[in-house]
Amino acid sequence: MIPLSFYLILGAILFSIGVAGFFFKRDIISIFISIELMLNAVNLTFVAFSHFWHQAAGNIFVFFVMVVAAAEAAVGLAIIIAVVRNRQTLNADKMDLMKL
Amino acid sequence: MHPALFFIFGAIAVAGAVNLLVQRTPIFSALSLVAVMGALAVLYLLLGAEFIAFVQVLVYAGAIMVLFVFVIMLLNAQQPESSHRSRVARLVGIPVVVLLFMEVAGVLAATYANTPVGFSGRIITVQAIGDALFHQYLLPFEVTSVLFLVGVIGAVMLAARQEPPQPPEGRLPRAQAAGHGGSGPTPEMAAALRQPARALGGVVAPDAEPHAAGTEVKSR
Repeated sequence: MIPLSFYLILGAILFSIGVAGFFFKRDIISIFISIELMLNAVNLTFVAFSHFWHQAAGNIFVFFVMVVAAAEAAVGLAIIIAVVRNRQTLNADKMDLMKL
Repeated sequence: MHPALFFIFGAIAVAGAVNLLVQRTPIFSALSLVAVMGALAVLYLLLGAEFIAFVQVLVYAGAIMVLFVFVIMLLNAQQPESSHRSRVARLVGIPVVVLLFMEVAGVLAATYANTPVGFSGRIITVQAIGDALFHQYLLPFEVTSVLFLVGVIGAVMLAARQEPPQPPEGRLPRAQAAGHGGSGPTPEMAAALRQPARALGGVVAPDAEPHAAGTEVKSR
């Protein structure tokens, strides 16, 4: 038997690495990948609590997180394509205007 | 069995996440994230969330990450050169991240230290999830369809290539732009497209006028 806290700490490790990637990465696609890692860490926490309390609601929330992540990935990658087509760079430091 | 699987796949997940952090090329980061997602799917199975485990593999690792890999290859993404601002971010970011981890992990470990969970046959089945999704959470489920519709329209609007503004004078530049930009059929392509209609139909005489293409299609 594994303590619930192990799962939660694993989720915290993955979330912290995602935050670190969000801080350190310079190209915008890697920043987006780091956000996906953070979403996965939160999903692990949801599933662990869902198992612990034996509630299906946690799994439903994970389902909705995945749905929103799919829509977010589609729109976000389209924004990245539009921005890169106009700026000719992936460097997030150089994207300092909301104008295309 | 359960602790061994937890530690093996937890280690794989952490190793994949660290690899994601240190890799310089985005394609390697994306493939590391696929490894993390696969390991997390095993952990979901250990926690009895079979539906979430399968959806994780199918939707997350299968669909979303393929979208990422497509975009990375489409843009030919490389790591940008290091700048002064990125070094400052590293200097400030590492203590912030370590502090954040200590805070979150400390609170979690203190609160849920002696609460064992295990693969004790408590599986949250697909039936239970479907029951909750289509009774209790029916309205959010329907709202997600609107979200997807907006997402599809937004993705197409954003990623569609804008046509360069047409020069206002005359028809000749327009025809040249269409011929060179590849946005419309060239005269040779249009002639090639008309060719099968003549060969198959045999209704239109070989010396028919080129602008009679519409009637050829109708006569077939």
